[in-house]
Formats: sequence, C-alpha cells, structure tokens
Amino acid sequence: MQDRPEIDIEKLAVLARIELTGEEKTALSAQVADILGFFQKLQEVDVSGITPMAHPFEAAAPLREDVPADPWAASRSLANAPASRDNQVVVPKVVEDA
Amino acid sequence: MDAKTLIQSTAFDLGRALRKGNTTATEICTACLEQVARTDDQVQAFVSLDPEKILAAAEASDQRRKNGQELSPLDGLPVGLKDIMAIEGAPLTCSSRILEKFVSPYTGTVGAKLLSAGMIPFGRLNMDEFAMGSSTENSAFRKTRNPWNTDHAPGGSSGGSAAAVAARQCPWSLGSDTGGSIRQPAAFCGVIGLKPTYGRVSRFGLAAFASSLDQIGPFGRTTDDVAALLDIISGPDPYDSTSWPEYLEPAMVQLNLPEEPAVLGLPREYFGEGIDPEVRSQLEQVIEAYKGRGFTIREISLPHTELAVPTYYIIATAEASSNLARYDGVRYTRRSTESNDAVDMYFKSRGEGFGPEVKRRIILGSYVLSSGYYDAYYKRAQQVRTLIRDDFLKAFESVDAILTPTTPTPAFRIGEKIDDPISMYLADIFTISVNLAGLPGLSMPCGLSKDGLPIGFQLIGKPFEEGRLLQIGKTYEQASPFTGRPAIANPS
Repeated sequence: MQDRPEIDIEKLAVLARIELTGEEKTALSAQVADILGFFQKLQEVDVSGITPMAHPFEAAAPLREDVPADPWAASRSLANAPASRDNQVVVPKVVEDA
Repeated sequence: MDAKTLIQSTAFDLGRALRKGNTTATEICTACLEQVARTDDQVQAFVSLDPEKILAAAEASDQRRKNGQELSPLDGLPVGLKDIMAIEGAPLTCSSRILEKFVSPYTGTVGAKLLSAGMIPFGRLNMDEFAMGSSTENSAFRKTRNPWNTDHAPGGSSGGSAAAVAARQCPWSLGSDTGGSIRQPAAFCGVIGLKPTYGRVSRFGLAAFASSLDQIGPFGRTTDDVAALLDIISGPDPYDSTSWPEYLEPAMVQLNLPEEPAVLGLPREYFGEGIDPEVRSQLEQVIEAYKGRGFTIREISLPHTELAVPTYYIIATAEASSNLARYDGVRYTRRSTESNDAVDMYFKSRGEGFGPEVKRRIILGSYVLSSGYYDAYYKRAQQVRTLIRDDFLKAFESVDAILTPTTPTPAFRIGEKIDDPISMYLADIFTISVNLAGLPGLSMPCGLSKDGLPIGFQLIGKPFEEGRLLQIGKTYEQASPFTGRPAIANPS
C-alpha cells in the first residue's frame, strides 16, 4: 500500500454538505484514506508539459441560436418541491431578525 | 404470435412482424408484461412499471399502424429505460432515496427521440444509486439479480437494463455508461451493450454523474438491434453543447455493407495477470474465430493502462461532487423533516438521502478539488487522461479496432465486493479507459463459464466509428453465435 494521506473527515463533510453519523465518519476516514493511497500511483508519472484534458473533444461545445422560448408554468417546476406556497418554494428561515 | 415466441424475438423480428400484421404492439407489450410478472421476484430489474400506461401507448400505436400513420418502422416496440433519463410525467429516482418521489417535468432528448419513433417506454430499470457502482447493489430500493444465477450480481451500474433484456422482459433497453456501466453488465448478463463515442448521443435529460464521461447507449440481443436503437437516439442537440454538432452516418448503413476483414489490436496490458482462466480461454476462441474470417491480429501496447482506474476515480468523483450539489432538499428533492434551519436542511437532507457509495464519492470529490490538493490530484489526473487518450490514438494508427476482455472475471456473487470499494472499482479495469478517451466500446457475449455464467469481450473503436465496430461484432456473431439463454427466460 502506498502512503495514506491525512484525512480531516469533519472538514470534508462540511465541504460536501453531508451530515455523517459517527459510524460513517470512522468508516469513511479509513476508506477515503485507502482510496487516496491508491491514487498515489499518479504521483509517479512525469506530466510536465502535458495538456490537461477536460473533455474528450475540445472542438465541440457550440452555442445555439439565442431565441426566446416559452417558459414553463411555475407550477410545473414546483410539482417536485418539498414545500411551496404562492408559486414559490418554501424554505426554513435564512435571514435572522434584526 | 404466441407470447413465448414474442418474448424470444429480437426487436428487428418484432418490427417485421408488426409491419406484416402478424402481431400487434398490444400483444408484444402484454407478452413482456407477463414475462415481468412471472420473473420479477427473482430478477428484480424494475424500480417501477406502469402496465396501464404501457398498454394505452401500445393501443395508440396499433391504431396508428391500422391507419397507415406509424411514426417509424419500429412504432409500437417497448424499450426499457434506466431510471436516470427523463420522460415527462414518469418517475426518475436514480435509485436514490433523495429522488424517491421525483416525477420528470420534461422529456429529455433521447426520450423525445424514442417517443417520436412511436416507441413505448417500458418501465424504469434499477441501477446503482446515481450510476455509482458495478453491481447494482447500491440501489436504495432493490437488489437486481443476474438472470443466469440469482446469487450473482448483474453488474452495474445499468444492471436492471442488462438483466431485463437477458430475462426476455423486454427486447432491448437503454442504459448509461460512465466507466463501464453498460458494457460490464452486458458481459455479466450475456447480452450486447454499446457505449457510444462521447457526444454521439445527447445527455439532455440524463441525470448527470460525471459530465465529461457519461453517455447513454443501447442493450440488445443482436448487433442489428443495437445499431437500430443507436441510430434512433443519436444526433446533434442544441440542448447539449457537448453533443457532436454534425449528423453522422447511421450505424446501420455500415453494418449492412459486405464484411471486410479488419486489423484487431490486442493490448498486452489487458491480457496480463488477474484475468480469470476461463475468460482468457474464451478470448482465445474469439481471436481464432476472427482469424478464421481473415482478420489480422496484432499485439499492441497501451502503456498507461494501469493508471486508468485511479485517474478515472479522481475525475469522476470530482465531477460528481459538483453535479450532485444540486440535490439539496430545497427545490425538488426529498427534504429532511429533522432540520432546524436552512444550512442544517442541506446537511440532513443529503445525509439521509444519499447512500454510502454516493457519500464516499462526493467526499472523495470534495477532497481532490479542495484548495491545496487540486493540482496534485485533479489537474494531474486530467494530464494523465491525455496520456491515456494518446495511447489509443497511437494504437489506431496501426489497427482498426482493439479487442479485449470486457471484465476480468464472470459475474461475482452479490455481497462479495460491496464492503471493499477498491476491489469493486477494479471490476471496471478494462472498460474505464474507453470513457476517459471518449471512444466507442462494444461488449459482445462469447460463451459461458463452467458455472454457467456469461463471458463477454470488448471491441474498442475509433471516434464515431460505431458502425464499423458493430460490423466487426456482427462478424463474430455470425461466425460463432451466442445462442445461450438463462433458464428464467424459458417460460414453461
């Protein structure tokens, strides 16, 4: 096994916005460290001067004509919302009272 | 035609029978629904199925045909869909709790193409949650079984799509392939599966896992069926800026040209240690069959092969951590009822809604993209991706296509790898490079292990040469037809 990097699972859970149970934290810390160890193989490769590849065919990605289209009725988008009222999504309070 | 004949027929033969008036869409769909009812408790391929809707669509198709207004020669044929592509009014769960009650508000491009050809969406097929996995065990809802032996996994992530076609529950289906998710389950279930060239098929309406790797593709039981379904779903799409902007020659055109012996490359890195002896001997039989047809076999090297799995899991998890940020409990996903405030709602909704493998990959993706690690992991992986693609481009200077095993072993047992992520990741060792390079890959069944489990081989082609790839596959199909079918597919 290659080097196992240090994992700060609390920090990663915050970055990912996922609540983890204590059990999950223990399991994930070990597994993520193992997998990152497995990734270390890439550190041995000489990549100097190699262009990073973000996409299989760089020539693609054209823009379509900028033509106005009919928007959906709000009700269609809201049909899947966990809570809605007056054609808007309801969420817990975001801004505290002054 | 009787139900037994209908469920064994290829989509092509069903289309012919429809055109001759020997059967109806209602008869075909009824036969498929009966086969699901008879075998679903064993195979568990479907997340949901709406017989009423299917039969209503079949009746509408029959009416069109009666009036001489069929939308295409294949009008009325049912096609199973992986539960990851959007059809307006149909559920779309990605086999995840977080989308348990989601109903698509629109139809994606592939769905629209099927509907405009008169085809009938036939159920929502099970998958690893958000297409993350190689056994379909990561579904939040059901454990799909391999129809050849229900103790074994069907592969994944499109396990439901492969199992349903193998079990004769539908003549063909669609899946998606990010690192092998069509080809590996096709090999495990003894059917044909094609991952098209990146960009050939629109991703609009496909729930995104790793956007630079995902492609929708067909499963079928003959190369003719796979080519026909590919041709229906292919083409440029103004709603997907990564779809290839030009119209391409239909695969069916090339498939029907006279056979032309090709030069096939055998990459030595794919025939090393770790291959099951039975897989190896089946591959030798395939090589002999091609030689018998006048093909030239040439040893080649793809020197960066051993870097493909780590490269893939860095790129795929990074893209997934971004793509899955949208599932936040706010607009269209399941929201935790336990949360006190908005931020807590994100954490709890995602903590409750995602399964273990999805959490693992989002966490990994967050790590490789985080400040201080980006260059060492993500950027480096993108550079190695270039090296992997260049290996293929170089190989294609001297060969027409590349021949490899699809998987190192036949289908493993359910539960065998689920607690060992790295071992599960290595199940895709022969399929992953194809996604990184954006190439088309075809898995063909070529025999059974002594335990009666299917073995598949893979053909990798040049960009957009699916027609040639399927033609080479058809040569094998004719030289050495795979006629086996699971016992479950034979109604008594």
